[in-house]
Amino acid sequence: MSTLKPEISNQDHIQGADSAAISIVEFGDYQCPHCGDAHPIMKEIEDVFGSQIKFVFRNFPLQSSHELALPAAIAAEAAAMQGKFWEMHDALFENQYRLSEALFDELAETIDLDLDKFQKDSLLKELTEKIENDFESGVRSGVNGTPSFYVNGTKFDGGATDLYQMLKESAE
Amino acid sequence: MLEKGATAPDFELNATPDQKIKLKDFLGKNVILAFYPADWSPVCSDQMALYNEMLKYFTKHDAQIFGISVDSVWCHLAFEKDRSLHFPLLADFEPKGAVSKAYGVYDDEVGECKRALFVIDKKGKVAWSYLSPTAVNPGADGILDALEELDKK
Repeated sequence: MSTLKPEISNQDHIQGADSAAISIVEFGDYQCPHCGDAHPIMKEIEDVFGSQIKFVFRNFPLQSSHELALPAAIAAEAAAMQGKFWEMHDALFENQYRLSEALFDELAETIDLDLDKFQKDSLLKELTEKIENDFESGVRSGVNGTPSFYVNGTKFDGGATDLYQMLKESAE
Repeated sequence: MLEKGATAPDFELNATPDQKIKLKDFLGKNVILAFYPADWSPVCSDQMALYNEMLKYFTKHDAQIFGISVDSVWCHLAFEKDRSLHFPLLADFEPKGAVSKAYGVYDDEVGECKRALFVIDKKGKVAWSYLSPTAVNPGADGILDALEELDKK
């Protein structure tokens, strides 16, 4: 059984209450169509289960298959430098159908980032290192494709729809 | 299936129409063999894409990875090109599945390799092996754990 390594920490992007009984970690790639499909379902899960759920996203860019996966991950991390990781995260998935190098600045403006700072931060080595650390954590945790989910630290064998179903059943 | 401690059977397989890979040429290096059922099928493709991203981690452990299936060299070439794979895929094509059989991971019923992983140490011994359910991509954590164990020796 594959488990999450390392565990969730303050290095992670976390949405939801600390006290939540259920933690969900997604390893994802902003250019991966399956992750794009999973995104609205994850949103719905967060809506339905509210404070019961804590959601974490870690980057798992498959760079050879997806040339914009790493630049998109950097854009999300650069937005995080201005406290807007989740806004960029959502915007990237919502606009995945028209992902391009030019899109990042446009989205940065849409979510009201300081564009100068965003562009400068995008060049920081720390951001790439953070993404590489996320990737390595995924490999260590047995990620075998994107998206991969971990529920309370254990790999969940299925996609977002299966995850939603499982949560609904366990809530009954 | 060959288990830990077994001597890895030597083989000579084509990686391209004019390039053969001999296992014994890699003595002194760790070798990862990833047997998989077929080019193009969805699970394997994810698996090979994952290993493609892992190459720098494998290099760190002085390891070379080879994918092996019964597909022909031409099929492998097209697949490598389509997926931008940066490691060799070997064709266990003629006699069909001979190497897979030597490693005990040939599926006679469907005529393909099973989905199996081997880590072979620098002396040519199997250090770790794993048979995955055919429909499941086994990931890379087991490979990395095995390589780390070898580094400790």
